[in-house]
Amino acid sequence: MSRQIDVSDLDIYYGSFLAVEKVTMEIKPRSITALIGPSGCGKSTFLRSLNRMHEVIPGARVEGKVVLDGQDLYGPGVDPVAVRRSVGMVFQNPNPFPTMSIYDNVLAGMRLNNKRMKRADADEVVEQSLRGANLWNEVKDRLDRPGAGLSGGQQQRLCIARAIAVQPQVLLMDEPCSALDPISTLAIEDLMGELKKEYTIVIVTHNMQQASRVSDRTGFFNIEGTGKPGKLVEMDATDTIFSNPSVKATEDYVSGRFG
Amino acid sequence: MTTTTPALTGSRRRPGDKIFSGTAAASAVLILLILAGVGLFLLAEAYPALVAPSEDIEGGRGLVLYLWPILFGTLITSIIAMVVAVPVAVGIALFISHYAPRRLSQGLGYTIDLLAAVPSIVYGFWGVQVFALALVPLYQWLEENLGWIPLFAGPASTTGKTILTASLVLAVMILPIISALSREVFLQTPRLHEEAAMALGATRWEMIKYAVIPYGRSGVVSASMLGLGRALGETMAVTLVLSASGGVSFNLINSGNPPTLAAEIALNFPEATGLRLSELITAGLLLFLLTFAVNFAARALVTRQKGGST
Repeated sequence: MSRQIDVSDLDIYYGSFLAVEKVTMEIKPRSITALIGPSGCGKSTFLRSLNRMHEVIPGARVEGKVVLDGQDLYGPGVDPVAVRRSVGMVFQNPNPFPTMSIYDNVLAGMRLNNKRMKRADADEVVEQSLRGANLWNEVKDRLDRPGAGLSGGQQQRLCIARAIAVQPQVLLMDEPCSALDPISTLAIEDLMGELKKEYTIVIVTHNMQQASRVSDRTGFFNIEGTGKPGKLVEMDATDTIFSNPSVKATEDYVSGRFG
Repeated sequence: MTTTTPALTGSRRRPGDKIFSGTAAASAVLILLILAGVGLFLLAEAYPALVAPSEDIEGGRGLVLYLWPILFGTLITSIIAMVVAVPVAVGIALFISHYAPRRLSQGLGYTIDLLAAVPSIVYGFWGVQVFALALVPLYQWLEENLGWIPLFAGPASTTGKTILTASLVLAVMILPIISALSREVFLQTPRLHEEAAMALGATRWEMIKYAVIPYGRSGVVSASMLGLGRALGETMAVTLVLSASGGVSFNLINSGNPPTLAAEIALNFPEATGLRLSELITAGLLLFLLTFAVNFAARALVTRQKGGST
């Protein structure tokens, strides 16, 4: 279920404003791709264009191609709803549905996809997903409690469980640890190491140590100035980006000599 | 360093603090006093009717039998109005907050707010001159085709001045309030929750079901209760629209209808003296208690739902 994504010449617009310009990128299956760069450089926008979530903002559109396993996500007749069902997303702030129990939160995506499930099947999916998100042991005795009662780190893992319950082809993570404490962050990072055995993962992070710890490949986005579009400056194996980048701006950024 | 550390002990309250907390507290107490005063006034003025022998009461069969049809009329018109108005109002609110293109939704929002400001007597005129007459054919149809349901047993009113007409006018009147408040609540749905649903591949309706409605439910309940409060107390429109000339009846389309509490008071107050006046004030007391109960129930509902959601 892990798939490769090929992005070619992708321009992302908000109305007439060009936010991200000419990104060409290959995202390998069963690996973690990290996107780093200063605030406002368009990395989150780019990430959201991979499952068409940026379209929730009126006026957003793209030019170029995002091909997931041979199918252009922006091709004619492609339903963004269907795209999002196969490309899951985890957000910066944990966002379990506050009125739903832990159990129902995990099943939320499944219930959208196929309305009726046998109770035993549902139990199975919940346990698998929560185990997959390393949360099962902490919540197995209180599955009927509201998801909002968990700690921030647990909520984020619940969101990951919710995202993987529908067995997506790709998992996008938009700064998934920036609202969490170091221990919870460590738990999520460990989890990502597990998840990459099965999923293609793309993560946006401001934390360069995190990028170097978890990712296999890293892309550096930069922006020349306010009002200018963000660009993919360089993309390579993570080790290369952090030790021997080919562009000066990348080296400045990863070594903290930015600006 | 010659500066001294400012004293940390002793509370030195600034005048602004004192004035503000004083006025706030006074306002809060004033509200309670006014409420208590109204309650006491109603009780004192209603007392003669409460203790009067039953044959002296209007209708000659005692206070309870006098008030019951009126209370019934109030409840049934308000309940029908709610049943009709709440779903429509929520639909309008959702359309404005989540479906309509931005420009249209702003215009629609303003229009709804304007509707909420139309005086009730205008609704009353419209109800009796236009709406009631327009409904007559519908009532005849209902009688012919659905007459086996007791609600529509007929004979259908030829003037259209029926319980159902009054209820529908009330529904139109409370629609803007419920819809305007619900819209505000829906608009405040955290973007985070909406995106959570969208990212799972929810369609717009599924997103609304997962994120918007659970978030807005308690707000919709409060909005509905405000609407219900207006429907219960509405005087002018009902007085004009309803031809009150009967007792308790579930027959919604004939011309023998119980009046509502507010309309009964408005119709009879100008000529009432002595015991009759007391009776009407008792009706007012009943209405006061009823709206009080509704508001308490609403508050209880809202707190319970909030408690369940955290």
